[in-house]
Amino acid sequence: MKLHLAIEELHRSEDHLVTVLRSMSDRHEADHEVFHVCRDMAGWSRQHVAELARIGRDFGLDLDPHASGDPGLLASIRQRTSDLLGRRSTPGLLLLADLRHLYREAAGTSLDWEILAQSAQGAREQELLDLAERCHPQSLRQARWANAHLKVASPQVIAS
Amino acid sequence: MGRGYATVMPRTDRIAEPWGTRTPYGPGGTWPTRVDQYLADGLTEDDVDRWVQSATILHSNGDGLDIAVKDDRIVGVRGRAVDRVNHGRLGPKDLFGWQANNSPDRLTRPLIRRRGKLVETDWDTAMDAVAGRCRQLLDERGPSAISFYTSGQLFLEEYYTLGLIAHGGIGTNHVDGNTRLCTATAAAALKETFACDGQPGSYTDVDHADVIALYGHNMAETQTVLWTRVLDRLAGPNPPKIICVDPRETPVARAATVHLAPRPGTNVMLVNALLHEIIGNGWIDREYVAAHTVGFAELEEQVAAYPPEVAAEVCDVPAEQIREAARILGHAERLLSTVLQGFYQSHQASAAAVSVNNVNVVRGMLGKPGCGILQMNGQPTAQNTREAGADGDLPAFRNWSNDAHVQDLARIWNVDPMQIPHHSPPTHVMQQLRYMEEGSIRFLYVTATNPAVSLPELRRIRSILAQERLFLVVQDIFLSETAQLADVVLPAATWGEKTGTFTNVDRTVHLSEKAVEPPGEARADLDILIDFAHRLGLRDEDGAPLVKWSDAEGAFEGWKECSRGRPCDYSGMTYDKLRGGSGIQWPCTDEHPEGTERIYVDGQFWAQPEYCESYGRDMVTGAPVEETEYKALNPTGKAVLKAAEYLPPHELPSREYPFQLITGRTLYHFHTRTKTGRAPQLQAAAPDVWVEMSAGDAADRGLAEGDLLEVSTPRGRVRARLRVSGIRPGVLFLPFHYGYWDTEGSRPRRKGGGRAANELTLTDWDPVSKQPIFKTAAARVERVARGRGAPAPAPTTTGSAPVAGSVPPTTGGDDARAEERVGGRS
Repeated sequence: MKLHLAIEELHRSEDHLVTVLRSMSDRHEADHEVFHVCRDMAGWSRQHVAELARIGRDFGLDLDPHASGDPGLLASIRQRTSDLLGRRSTPGLLLLADLRHLYREAAGTSLDWEILAQSAQGAREQELLDLAERCHPQSLRQARWANAHLKVASPQVIAS
Repeated sequence: MGRGYATVMPRTDRIAEPWGTRTPYGPGGTWPTRVDQYLADGLTEDDVDRWVQSATILHSNGDGLDIAVKDDRIVGVRGRAVDRVNHGRLGPKDLFGWQANNSPDRLTRPLIRRRGKLVETDWDTAMDAVAGRCRQLLDERGPSAISFYTSGQLFLEEYYTLGLIAHGGIGTNHVDGNTRLCTATAAAALKETFACDGQPGSYTDVDHADVIALYGHNMAETQTVLWTRVLDRLAGPNPPKIICVDPRETPVARAATVHLAPRPGTNVMLVNALLHEIIGNGWIDREYVAAHTVGFAELEEQVAAYPPEVAAEVCDVPAEQIREAARILGHAERLLSTVLQGFYQSHQASAAAVSVNNVNVVRGMLGKPGCGILQMNGQPTAQNTREAGADGDLPAFRNWSNDAHVQDLARIWNVDPMQIPHHSPPTHVMQQLRYMEEGSIRFLYVTATNPAVSLPELRRIRSILAQERLFLVVQDIFLSETAQLADVVLPAATWGEKTGTFTNVDRTVHLSEKAVEPPGEARADLDILIDFAHRLGLRDEDGAPLVKWSDAEGAFEGWKECSRGRPCDYSGMTYDKLRGGSGIQWPCTDEHPEGTERIYVDGQFWAQPEYCESYGRDMVTGAPVEETEYKALNPTGKAVLKAAEYLPPHELPSREYPFQLITGRTLYHFHTRTKTGRAPQLQAAAPDVWVEMSAGDAADRGLAEGDLLEVSTPRGRVRARLRVSGIRPGVLFLPFHYGYWDTEGSRPRRKGGGRAANELTLTDWDPVSKQPIFKTAAARVERVARGRGAPAPAPTTTGSAPVAGSVPPTTGGDDARAEERVGGRS
């Protein structure tokens, strides 16, 4: 049984996703929808981190229930920079790069949930399966948002 | 005169009594007729040269009226007894607001910026400058440099023409209306639940309903005549129960059986708790749900997590009140639900409005007398902005992500489908501003709206609109705050000076005819837009002019073809048919030539994947649902029950900013007061900005009625006199109507703070509807000066009614007396 490894890996990717979303939010403070939606979606991942830590105990793991993603001082510097650069057109390209990165991270996390759900089913671990069924849709929604926002943002950045 | 009228009523002060005289009636009865009339200068009906048919323009109710003309000037108005919407009644804004048409401040010549100053010019010079700059940018940077921001106050024909020019001619995706601020969420909520815009209610539902639930909808002030209908039911036998959700003690709240006053930003939590009770207690129509909906299991699971006790904590509303409201909703036999800005302009706007839809859907309360949903509009022609595609959507509720719909539209317009931008959703105004800020949009054409006062975070808005690199065109009837920032100002005709149609929230279409000539060189918006298209040289695929009509009726005929076969089908209407009688409800076809009162009868929706307007969006992220996902979810086009999770508001009170600030409206004004501020009776009733606070909060801080306060948020400061009102504790209210056109300049003075509530609001919007959030900003107050006994300049007849101090009642005196003829013939 390597279920604990799958949980640990997922805990790591969700924790990382919190950091990705928070820092992306900070970098694009002048893009208000990106700023707020990324923060809202980071809330999902933060919740996933806590739930994985809780269920991890049943599999002998000692995982941190608090996501490490609050970047503190760095965040305010990023926000300030984003505000100052708000009148320039280069942040558009940066946004596309960030969306692409987020899409890949969220898609990867979604695959990790897939692995966990399948394994939980194989091992008949109902509680773990329930957790995966609750959380997996939210990582898919994170990836879908990144994809959808990329579609909206790219024509104006590239074709203007 | 009173010929043919049963009773002649004395004249009523309609400022003091905004809803006029009661005419009670019972369930299923016919709302009695009461013809309201106001003529200026002591004129009588005998003095009037002619009456010209129209409908009301200073709110969204769509009341039929006739304009009185004497010596080629508008001299008054009279409600149309035959009209299904108002049965003759008019509200205070209708009775008095028309006087703004005759204001000496009207723009009468085009203006152009020369050496930093706006100077008068001729139409050729102005239009060549507009078309010339647009053409130059198109050649240099392509259509993504061009954007349009229109209104909820033009006519259908103008919106359709604007959409054709922008989408079919220029090929830009950057098209929106100020409906984004008022009804974007109404449209979004309907698209989520029914996969299509179009209101599943009729005003006659008020006649039949046994429960009327108003969610964030201060109907008494926003649609006075519809509220008059409710008041008449309340005064009659077997009155309906009223549920009111509002943090203020509005006239609706005072009439309510249950008044829930939640913390701002917690609407989703509250409605989820109501659904928790309704579903948990089995007060649902299981047969209807099984036959006509998808998504019930998910909704049931989601709302199970929202018991009233949890909501009581979050919303700060007693759990027993939530249960009581749910019981009333759950036992209603004919439930009418209405929603407005308290939901649309608040946090999680679409999710909250969709949850209201869910209540009616799980109870099977649709498509029958008394069973309806009105996702209200805020402006008279907002429905048309959405229908005709001037909010960026494709016209006639076509689906931009359905290639067959785009091809069909391209056929009607005779353009290449590739010309019509449909690669992504239309660019809403807040995103347009972002592109202007970045510099990729260089041309903005504003028609009939005033973003320099009405959009959030005004300091930012002004700095964007004032940019040198942005070419700003403003087409308006007054030199608004926005017009003062423009490169070219185009003087427009307004209601009563041009012909066109418009449609209200219960799908009633009215014809509004030209009564008088516009002042000076002002021209109808339609004529200006067509001139713009011709100067740009916009052509169809065969090289013929893209815009094929030259007047309003021609545009209407074009629109009829575009709407044929779509939900908002106007193909059975003509101008002639709209003349003389009542307004007509769409769909109106050869098959249903008199229109259609009720849609969604027997669970028949417009939600089939091939037909629907929208596949929906993610309720939290706003990401559009893909076609394949929608087909799998809803293959046969049922109603979609969408569950929504509650998220805390993005800006919460803190030690530094301990209050939650909400902005809103008052009965006597409309938008930025460009018209109502120039009607003496309306202006006198609410002459200046005020701020509302609860009695407890005021006492804690030693503040009293009339004290001059400075309200501030991280974004700005506003000075206003204090009205101690029935608002819930911890919340401040500022009316958003007051700007700077009747002060010095177009912005706040350097010292002393501003007057516009939007100096304070934050830039944030609902990711689903893209409607800005005006109702959850953290704020603080400081006293600048004591009131010394003078009360705040706030009306006493409305949501701003005082609860402390001795404040004289709001009256209008002799100048505000209007006739009311109860029992007038219809």
